[in-house]
Amino acid sequence: MKRRHFLLGGVGAIGALLVGWSALPPKQRLQATEPLENMPYRPALNGWVRIGSNNTVTITMAHVEMGQGTHTGLAMMLADELDADWAQVRLIQAPPGDKIYNNLSLLPDGLPFHPDDMGMLHRGANWMTTKASRLLPGLMLTGGSSSIKDQWQPLREAGASARLMLLAAAAKQWKVPVTECSTANSKVTHAASGRSASYGELAVSASKQALPKSVTLKTPDAFKLIGQPLKRIEAASKLNGTAQFGIDIRAPGMLYASVTMCPVLGGRFKSMDASKAQAMPGVKKVFTTEAAAGAPPAVVVIATQPWQALQALKAVQIEWDEGENANFSSAAFIDSLAQSLDQDDGYNYYEQGNVSQALSKATKRIKAEYRVPYLAHATMEPMNCTVRFKEGEAMVWAPTQIPGMVPRLVADVLGIDSDKVQLHITLLGGGFGRRLEPDFFVQAAQIAKEANGVPVQTFWTREQDMQHDKYRPACVARLEAGFDDKGQLSAWQARSAGQSVTHQIVERLFGSSGMGPDKTTAEGAYDTAYAFPSSRISHQIVPGPVPVGYWRSVGWSHQGFITESFMDEVAAELKQDPLALRLALLAEHPEHVELLKRLAELSGWGQPITPGADGVARARGVALVRSFGSIVGQVAEVSVAADKRIRVHKVTCVLNCGTAINPNLVRQQVESGIIFGLSAALYGEIKIEKGRVLQNNFYDYLPIRMNESPEIVVEIMPSQAPPEGMGEPGTPPIAPAVANAVFTLTGQRLRSLPLKLA
Amino acid sequence: MITLNINGQAVQVEATDDTPLLWVLRGEVGLTGTKFGCGMALCGACTVHIDGQATRSCIMPISALAGKQITTIEGLQGPVADAVRAAWTEIDVVQCGYCQSGQLMSACALLQNNPQPNDADIDGAMSGNICRCGTYPRIRQAIHKAAEIKRG
Ligand code: FES
Ligand code: FES
Repeated sequence: MKRRHFLLGGVGAIGALLVGWSALPPKQRLQATEPLENMPYRPALNGWVRIGSNNTVTITMAHVEMGQGTHTGLAMMLADELDADWAQVRLIQAPPGDKIYNNLSLLPDGLPFHPDDMGMLHRGANWMTTKASRLLPGLMLTGGSSSIKDQWQPLREAGASARLMLLAAAAKQWKVPVTECSTANSKVTHAASGRSASYGELAVSASKQALPKSVTLKTPDAFKLIGQPLKRIEAASKLNGTAQFGIDIRAPGMLYASVTMCPVLGGRFKSMDASKAQAMPGVKKVFTTEAAAGAPPAVVVIATQPWQALQALKAVQIEWDEGENANFSSAAFIDSLAQSLDQDDGYNYYEQGNVSQALSKATKRIKAEYRVPYLAHATMEPMNCTVRFKEGEAMVWAPTQIPGMVPRLVADVLGIDSDKVQLHITLLGGGFGRRLEPDFFVQAAQIAKEANGVPVQTFWTREQDMQHDKYRPACVARLEAGFDDKGQLSAWQARSAGQSVTHQIVERLFGSSGMGPDKTTAEGAYDTAYAFPSSRISHQIVPGPVPVGYWRSVGWSHQGFITESFMDEVAAELKQDPLALRLALLAEHPEHVELLKRLAELSGWGQPITPGADGVARARGVALVRSFGSIVGQVAEVSVAADKRIRVHKVTCVLNCGTAINPNLVRQQVESGIIFGLSAALYGEIKIEKGRVLQNNFYDYLPIRMNESPEIVVEIMPSQAPPEGMGEPGTPPIAPAVANAVFTLTGQRLRSLPLKLA
Repeated sequence: MITLNINGQAVQVEATDDTPLLWVLRGEVGLTGTKFGCGMALCGACTVHIDGQATRSCIMPISALAGKQITTIEGLQGPVADAVRAAWTEIDVVQCGYCQSGQLMSACALLQNNPQPNDADIDGAMSGNICRCGTYPRIRQAIHKAAEIKRG
């Protein structure tokens, strides 16, 4: 156990070493280790693709679909190499047990190295962590914008391999050399004799061919699907009510459970009077569950209908033992983060040159303190999960980002072996990192245990969802820049403090706290491409009682704001154009430079800006953040109304994500990321007083709505590099781009989120 | 027992009078296309048509619905619905999709009443529907597109 904690705790290289060499499986990710289900009319050609006698091509999804569009992109990668007819492509969700469906990209991405340092240590650690990820159980996970890059190699290899098997089957049947046969549009053709056969006709015999020893993948000029702006594959089901989310599961005889969790962080159940509730219509049972896997203790009502459960729960009189956090206040905790920076720097993530010396020699120094609040995910579909526990076996229907973790954790609750747990993964009504948490499905298992074999759907109200989230950590950062006697920037120092998500989530998943540095606290601060003459970036982990979680773009969500805002402060000090300053500091990174130049052009940077119809002045602000391997630059056009309301009219975005598998869905994700980030920038704040989260619902935790939604222009830089993450990188630049525009308009430098003018 | 008219069919339900339509649809009736998002008429995920008007079903007690025509996403049809679905498909609006039943119901109601909505009309009719995935720019485009398709 220790070993795995350490690995997830951020120092992956050593964790991987402990796994040991001999145990590492061979490199191939084609064949499942467990035998695949035998489907006579849909034989499997490898662990990733089945071809039906009716010509359907069924592709296995090791990742879950939560709106990020990954199912479409993944299917395109395999279908392209297979030369499949896109109209015939179908999807199935992979079973969580088999390690070929493990995510091999997530852990290496969590290593605390600078992305531009591709030295021995980084490469070695990457390699070892990837190897270890093949072996560890439970690593079928969707998060960290990693799906496409994780699957880029194996899915294309699986498609290419299946194609060779189809070719071999046809050549054998026609007794012609395989080199004379070709494939296109789900058909094999032998041009010389004019014969052709559909993949469906060849499927059974192809499935009996030997797995090819090696495959040659297409060069980009041969791509037919990759790079095309295809439509989302599951879209139609989302337009007629048939798409099935977790909350839509309706198992025969199913009951509904509503929960009220202890409102005080870390509090316990004391007593209740459920007599009134028990007599209400439809009520089957009222009981409590204990804290587990991040789920607080709860009072539960199981009833025949959902409304009955909700009503009866309101009638239960509950007393909580408020425990040691009864006086906890998030405002005071955030103040204490600032104080902790007086004491200590924490872990040094990056250092170059001699910052202390440069600062002491500086003829001018500027300092600033930035603060960001806790944030809720507020996925549109509230947390829910359906579980049936009958005769020692469990069936779980879960909208989860961590299917690989479900069997073990559910089995633990039910006291059975994990191979007695079956999982059906539904569509997710939004994820944003919230569904990387095990709390809701572990709680649903606790509840199903009380239901005598009947399936129970546990569903949270919006209020429960808002108040029992795992929040984006609050953070306080102090930055300092020094300028030498020629007036040039000579030093950049960033120190910050906050809680560690990784330490907490390791505890929720494995039962004992993570340790060591947590790269996710400092990403966006230490890993930029800027060439500072000297710099030092550190983060101090300050443990606290607030449950914190991965929130779309994680550390970048706030460190991006802090770094890119302070960059504008430096530009103002230098009396330099902020975009020009960035260009100068990025001179050694041609991709960043090209992108910024294009962004300047496309956004009209430096050009006069016409006021809107309302006549109110507008200004532009720029920000650039590289996260999850993708570089994203944004320019926001902003106005400030007489009542000081900040309004964002237009966002221009240029990005480089390597190969854009599906430019349509890349654009969608950027639009999505911008609006998600804008909600947080303008309104997002979770406050805690007396140990209780104060926000309740969409009236006091405000998302952007249609009338505030800016026009968004997105351009993708051409690239043939391997694909990088795209689910999250749209989010980080928007807050600083808006804040920088507000500074230009008003002269006020807003150093905390949400952005509010004095 | 109350009899409701849902998607053109008479349906007898056992729920008590004060039960919001949303929970009757999703529970007893088994029509899960209408979604729960907030329960307070704040998000629009539960939007249905009552006699053609976009209505938040999470706060609409069934006692108020005798004799009214209820249309859910499953029963949404006709020329406006066809145009809206075609536009949504062409613009590829949806992401997670959870809010989209409500978005479609609101958009169809808007276009029924106003076949050529401008941006301000769209803001007015659609701002009650939250989308955490941020599909707003594409919804706006798709509504204009649907109006165009409908116009022919
Ligand atoms: S659930 Fe009815 S408006 Fe949100
Ligand atoms: S598409 Fe996900 S909430 Fe709208």
